[in-house]
Amino acid sequence: MKRAATILALAAAIAFGSPAYAVQPDEILADPIKEARARELSKELRCMVCQNQSIDDSDAPLARDLRLLVRERISAGDTDSQVLDFLVARYGEFVLLKPRFNPHTVLLWLLPPLALMGGGIALWVYSNRRRRAGVSDDESVLKLSPEEVARLEELLASDPSVSSREPHP
Amino acid sequence: MIAEAGHYALVLALGLALIQSVVPVIGARRGDVALMEMARSTALAQLLFVGASFTLLTTLHVMSDFSVVNVFENSHSAKPLIYKITGVWGNHEGSMLLWVSILALFGALVAAFGNNLPASLRAHVLAVQAWVAGAFYLFILLTSNPFARIAQPPIEGRDLNPILQDIGLAVHPPMLYLGYVGFSISFSFAVAALIEGRIDAAWARWVRPWTLVAWIFLTLGIAMGSYWAYYELGWGGWWFWDPVENASLMPWLAGTALLHSALVMEKRNALKVWTILLSILTFSLSLLGTFLVRSGVLTSVHAFATDPARGVFILLILCVFIGGSLSLFALRAPHLKQGGLFAPISREGALVLNNLFLTTACATVFVGTLYPLGLEVLTSDKISVGAPFFNLTFAPLFVPLLVAVPFGPLLPWKRGDLLAAAQRLTVAGIAALLAIAVLLAWMRGGPVLAPLAIGLAVWVIAGALTDFAERTGLFRIPPSVSLRRARGLPRAAWGTMFAHAGLGVALIGIVCETTWNSEYIATMKPEQVARVAGYELKLQGLTQRQGPNYRETLAQFAVSLDGQPLPAMTPSKRSFATRGMSTTEAALLTRGASQLYVSLGDASADGGIAVRIYHKPLVLLIWWGPVLMAFGGMLSLSDRRLRVGAPKPARAIRKLQAAE
Repeated sequence: MKRAATILALAAAIAFGSPAYAVQPDEILADPIKEARARELSKELRCMVCQNQSIDDSDAPLARDLRLLVRERISAGDTDSQVLDFLVARYGEFVLLKPRFNPHTVLLWLLPPLALMGGGIALWVYSNRRRRAGVSDDESVLKLSPEEVARLEELLASDPSVSSREPHP
Repeated sequence: MIAEAGHYALVLALGLALIQSVVPVIGARRGDVALMEMARSTALAQLLFVGASFTLLTTLHVMSDFSVVNVFENSHSAKPLIYKITGVWGNHEGSMLLWVSILALFGALVAAFGNNLPASLRAHVLAVQAWVAGAFYLFILLTSNPFARIAQPPIEGRDLNPILQDIGLAVHPPMLYLGYVGFSISFSFAVAALIEGRIDAAWARWVRPWTLVAWIFLTLGIAMGSYWAYYELGWGGWWFWDPVENASLMPWLAGTALLHSALVMEKRNALKVWTILLSILTFSLSLLGTFLVRSGVLTSVHAFATDPARGVFILLILCVFIGGSLSLFALRAPHLKQGGLFAPISREGALVLNNLFLTTACATVFVGTLYPLGLEVLTSDKISVGAPFFNLTFAPLFVPLLVAVPFGPLLPWKRGDLLAAAQRLTVAGIAALLAIAVLLAWMRGGPVLAPLAIGLAVWVIAGALTDFAERTGLFRIPPSVSLRRARGLPRAAWGTMFAHAGLGVALIGIVCETTWNSEYIATMKPEQVARVAGYELKLQGLTQRQGPNYRETLAQFAVSLDGQPLPAMTPSKRSFATRGMSTTEAALLTRGASQLYVSLGDASADGGIAVRIYHKPLVLLIWWGPVLMAFGGMLSLSDRRLRVGAPKPARAIRKLQAAE
């Protein structure tokens, strides 16, 4: 159903525009290098009326306008980052599919590496603790520590009823 | 009458679920076997009533009874029969009914096949299962009744969304739901174990096959959905990092981790607490996925405003179940006894590493999916997190995981020797390096990352085969002995090999498709020729055709490669009058694992038509990989070890062995 829902959202996008395509033949720039740049940039830009689609994938009229805008800026000689800056100034950070690193997105960017490191450290600490608490050597599982031996002897000596309580066959 | 009967059956199912939620728990408290056994009959009866309800809704759709809102909004009398049936779950209400039907199915399966489960564990598991079911029955009955009537029945329906009128809808949602909802079993087992405060290896032996079943379906469901989008949406994309996709990927990642940790628990009685937690998390993520999709919260936060009842209700279910089970976990987990010890370098250690990376990957997807939502609520800042973010954060997590995959099966339990394992992987390593060298030499100056990624994939595949060769003594001993050994190999070992190799196969497909994809986008007129990756496609003409509930424009392409004619391709564009929408039906030409992909755009005024042609090298491997993984899962499921415990007459067992 998830996929179906995606498709539903796409269908909605199609419904309120004329049925169109992602990049259309008439949009393509003559210069293949500039066109390739435009395609790469399009993949990082969001079609704002769609559900999490890049303008490269989207059929919505707005996406087409944005694709044309990107190509216009590239043709005017902007660098990739200038194009992005231009679009962010116009439409806000929402237009970027890869959010920029800033105080608001610190957690977003740092959480994956922190989760990995945190998990790794937790595992290391845990396994160390368990090994120290448990066994340092295979044999010591079975061997009693000196304290345990002393305590066992003490118990055996102080409680003579232990053996008499055992049911005799 | 049919609609009312369906509605009534659902109400009865709710009643049964309520009984099943309470009585068995009381029975387990008192040690009353009769009360505990009640769970089994109610679980089976629930399936009967929900099944009846679902069948009746299907009947309504097939009969095109437009006096029912759900049928009116999603069906049309001229729609082909198959889409009348699949249209049942092609909408919110119907898909929720499918969800609970599958939940009831799993509950009934536990009731029917749980003969040798301890009585109290079975009672608890079924009770927890009924809590979940009860909550969702209430949700359907109170907010999304599929049987609601219209006072003035219209004469014709609004038709199903055309994009959903595809065979994909018949396969994808049921598979996905079998996976999603299948994880409810491991959840119920985990919660039952926490309630009982007891957990042992027998518990893991029970949970693992159920998890495996759910995982197989989820794997196939996701792959199927991806292929559906690939051929239906018209631009050849197969994964978009869309929130609804992520909603299905998260339980898959957690479920894969669970599968591996349950293995440690079963074999070595270790990682108990972690396995319980993963069981809870996996199903919680399934619930979260249901919430994300069903509430529409991710399209916009304001979806609550448009239909507040549904979103809030599912959110409530989510909070109660996730919060409740995690609280129970926090309360009881410290009292669970820890199991066997192991050295960091060991099979267990490798599986822990697998879990670390898979859960981190899952957390990454989780954060990326929900961060924009959280940020908007807290600061009213709107940001987007899309494919470029996930490619940058998710992919690097899989690199170390894939490097480690071949080591896992080669390390012995408890304490292993990394150097010895590495020595046995020498051939796999050489194969990987060779692949990288050949690819780099072949496309000098091309992308560097792609050959490296393919090398990694070769490493994973060769590693999976190494384990197999080691176990059967392939190439070291006479082939006949090897063959005998291969036959005697546990099915689970075969399963591991296929599943791990599938991972590598999928990776090759992904890398080839993204790196060496060629495309051609232009407006073509009849008799024009397009050249893509050595193929020549000549547009021969455009024709119109009337389908059952649509009109379509077909374009005939004559295809040839180096002058050799290949089968013709006829992509089409369908327009559905009822909804005023159109769909593209891409034409696919499969050559080995590669595909030529043609889809149509708009017709231009001067008789031309916009055409998109792609050559996608080895693209099918993207889906063959998951199919191999699922096949491995099935082999593993048929392992003797997992069949043990299911009582079978001796003769049946002998027959099975003879068949092997």
